[in-house]
Amino acid sequence: MNDMTPTREEREAKLQGMGCKRKRVEDVRFTQGRGQYVDDLKLPGMLFGDFVRSTYAHARIKKIDASAALALPGVKAVLTAADLKPLNLHYMPTLAGDVQAVLADEKVLFQGQEVAFVIAEDRYIAADAIELVEVEYEELAPLVDPFQAMAEDAPLLREDIKDKTEGAHGPRKHHNHIFEWTIGDRTGTDAAFDKADVTIKEMLSYHRTHPSPLETCQCVASMDKIRGELTLWGTFQAPHVIRTVASMLAGIPEHKVHVIAPDIGGGFGNKVGAYPGYICAVVASIVLGVPVKWVEDRMENLSATSFARDYHMTTELAATKDGTITGMRVHVLADHGAFDACADPSKWPAGFMNICTGSYDIPVAHLAVDGVYTNKAPGGVAYRCSFRVTEAVYAIERAIEILAQKLGMDSAELRMKNFIEAEQFPYNSALGWEYDSGDYHTAMRKALDAVGYDALRAEQREKRAAFERGETREIMGIGLSFFTEIVGAGPTRNCDILGIGMFDSAEIRIHPTGGVIARMGTKSQGQGHETTYAQIIATELGIPADDIMIEEGNTDTAPYGLGTYGSRSTPVAGAATAVAARKIKAKAQMIAAHMLEVHHDDVEWDIDGFRVKGLPESRKSMKEIVWAAYNQPPPNMEPGLEAVSYYDPPNMTYPFGAYVCVMDIDVDTGVYKVRRFYALDDCGTRINPMIIEGQVHGGLTEAFAVAMGQEIRYDEQGNVMGASFMDFFLPTAVETPVWETDHTVTPSPHHPIGAKGVGESPHVGGVPCFSNAVNDAFAFLGSTHIQMPHDHWRIWKAARALGA
Amino acid sequence: MSKVHIELTVNGKAHESLVEPRTLLIHYLREDLGLTGAHIGCETGHCGACTVDIDGMSVKSCTMFAAQADGAEILTIEGVAAPDGTLHALQESFREMHGLQCGYCTPGMIVRAHRLLQENPRPTEAEIRAGISGNLCRCTGYQNIVKAIQHAAATLAGEPFQEAAE
Ligand code: FES
Ligand code: FES
Repeated sequence: MNDMTPTREEREAKLQGMGCKRKRVEDVRFTQGRGQYVDDLKLPGMLFGDFVRSTYAHARIKKIDASAALALPGVKAVLTAADLKPLNLHYMPTLAGDVQAVLADEKVLFQGQEVAFVIAEDRYIAADAIELVEVEYEELAPLVDPFQAMAEDAPLLREDIKDKTEGAHGPRKHHNHIFEWTIGDRTGTDAAFDKADVTIKEMLSYHRTHPSPLETCQCVASMDKIRGELTLWGTFQAPHVIRTVASMLAGIPEHKVHVIAPDIGGGFGNKVGAYPGYICAVVASIVLGVPVKWVEDRMENLSATSFARDYHMTTELAATKDGTITGMRVHVLADHGAFDACADPSKWPAGFMNICTGSYDIPVAHLAVDGVYTNKAPGGVAYRCSFRVTEAVYAIERAIEILAQKLGMDSAELRMKNFIEAEQFPYNSALGWEYDSGDYHTAMRKALDAVGYDALRAEQREKRAAFERGETREIMGIGLSFFTEIVGAGPTRNCDILGIGMFDSAEIRIHPTGGVIARMGTKSQGQGHETTYAQIIATELGIPADDIMIEEGNTDTAPYGLGTYGSRSTPVAGAATAVAARKIKAKAQMIAAHMLEVHHDDVEWDIDGFRVKGLPESRKSMKEIVWAAYNQPPPNMEPGLEAVSYYDPPNMTYPFGAYVCVMDIDVDTGVYKVRRFYALDDCGTRINPMIIEGQVHGGLTEAFAVAMGQEIRYDEQGNVMGASFMDFFLPTAVETPVWETDHTVTPSPHHPIGAKGVGESPHVGGVPCFSNAVNDAFAFLGSTHIQMPHDHWRIWKAARALGA
Repeated sequence: MSKVHIELTVNGKAHESLVEPRTLLIHYLREDLGLTGAHIGCETGHCGACTVDIDGMSVKSCTMFAAQADGAEILTIEGVAAPDGTLHALQESFREMHGLQCGYCTPGMIVRAHRLLQENPRPTEAEIRAGISGNLCRCTGYQNIVKAIQHAAATLAGEPFQEAAE
């Protein structure tokens, strides 16, 4: 070897593979304003669609008169339910097994519901025209409070299914009931509660909120009538699924539907489902024969396109007096709005709510979820979380604090006492999950040490004493949360969307000179897939990440996949990437052995090529092997070097973490200050620490928003209160706390590279952490639970109610 | 609708257009001039995704009419890099410090930061946070945006990068 030979470290560094803080490929275009988002698209002759929306929460439509709108120059058409009916498109199926009105049929069921679709030459004319469509309503009594939904005299909302006693998930108990979903051992759980020394019970409400990515939902539909092909560009987190839906609804064969998701300006669950806007744009394009664009505005986005949460969780824990948890019982009242449009895997009407036993070894549990209709927008999407996991973690992490308070025990100690032990993994939970791996005690201890937990508690005791002596009006809260997520849906044996198993895919093709293109079934909305998937391939195949291009979102070229949500990209598509790369590597090994004239068992992998065992100088680099694959493959071997993998995960992955929040609250104003926020995440193998940290910052900021004020509120008439950025709390840089991040690494044993996924952990763990901080601050005044969101006004009200 | 004649300079290039009086500047830039870098996040003046620089001030271009920009000198994200394509320190720093994710707020954020650093070449962290408080980001939690701006400020001043104290 001469001095010019790169060292192993240099060769590894050159790959920019897994574990390095590779700078993002995407940023080159985004920082120059050269991203390509849906609304940037401009096609010749393109028209613009806009909705007439319901002003009432519940009303009968007596008449729709579009004549004045149609008379406005530039208006091309106005669609109503009457136009869609003959096409059988006035209702569309939802992912949850219900149907949703595309355009209101005889009745409106929530304020902001789509009533008519106006198509005009530009967005200004369309906006004028929607004002000219006259809709005559007869107001009906609105149902806003989910707790009244199943009252005997509750108004009938869904006339279209009033005779259906059986829903998609079993019997319906009432005309506003959607499903009851139960799991666990009811008798055993009741027995545990009967025997318990100590029990707690609290109704924990997780309010309705919204993912509100900075870019709203939008699409462009373009029907080529001569070819019989439909192209649909849109903000789709799951473009392949949208293609299947579009094909089924429009009756166009799937291979003639081209769905393309270009750059997406954030999704957070908002862009998983299919919305009336997509259907109407497609119909309009089919009818008019020209491209039609639909772009919702912010108010439409917040008030009509997919809310999140609205789970009201009566949570109970049973324990011995020394703090061993012996049982858990949860009943959830789930407000689904006017249609059940939850984006959950088909067999999971309440998502993975049954992860609610959390990180604790709880021997027996029971969970029941009742879903009900109300006069509110449909949705129930997983806002930066895996299906209902945020709700589940909130329930257990608040409950554990309440139990600690009742036991007079420190909540960190109570957690430590009940954690699943590292040796217990794989761990089968009482509600049916098999946790893959974890080391909770180590993570918790590291977090407590990092923040100086004991000193913080001592400071808090002093402050409380000072408060009681009347020397200060400031109180201090220490919020803990320890979460276990369940992500990476999921094994096709129990997870599907519309009957399609939730596998995901990667197709890798290496060109003769070593350039790689990999196409994926997922779709980034800011997670940096173009950067990180390439890192996986770089490490697996010894090809520099810069020579690897990742392509997503074009359903014509990419292999079928279920898309990006529920932190499933890394656990599922990331695994597919590694598996596809390994198929290529196996072939490369044969080629290398042939080139080196040895048996393939006699060569071994060496960073970026194969070498003969025991003869390190005898080696072939991947570059040489790739070239050979195209011009001198071994006899009987096909030329070329590519592979595809459709990866069906054997299990979910279970990322976890320990978060601590220190908050100071002024009881006279309700103003709080987040003094410190520490987040330790264990997402298994870390592909790109820079991106992980960025995901954690972003998720924590969203968690902060949700816990501390972000809400979609309705008044008694069902009017949406404050569906604009004026009222909807999105923190600016000024309010946003500073985030400290940390990690432990417990790889997933069943994932090819051991990665678990991280995008949603900070949101899932962050919300209870903030809420626990607020609640902890007030606990010494006798409060057990204060409902979210904790905005200044509500904190102030809570302080007053407690006589602070 | 009768149209209004406007003349303005965008990214150093003179434009002359006929616009409807009600056309918002953001729509004029995006649809008439094809400058799609500035984005629309709200159309109500809250998010800052549409931020451009007008006559030395950061302006949310959804809050004014194109007609009001008659005679103005406008800089959009497309004009931030040097004419030869060399990226501005802010563009480099946003990538270096991972100050963006989905990229939707990024053009507005960089254009705002570009003005901020002219108003205050060495801002503290608190000054940066206040200075970009008209621009919302849903993805990053701002921490790395703040760092990116500090990094760019250091680069422009020819000094080593140090994370500023509050
Ligand atoms: S689009 Fe102009 S401020 Fe949001
Ligand atoms: S990077 Fe997505 S909104 Fe800022």
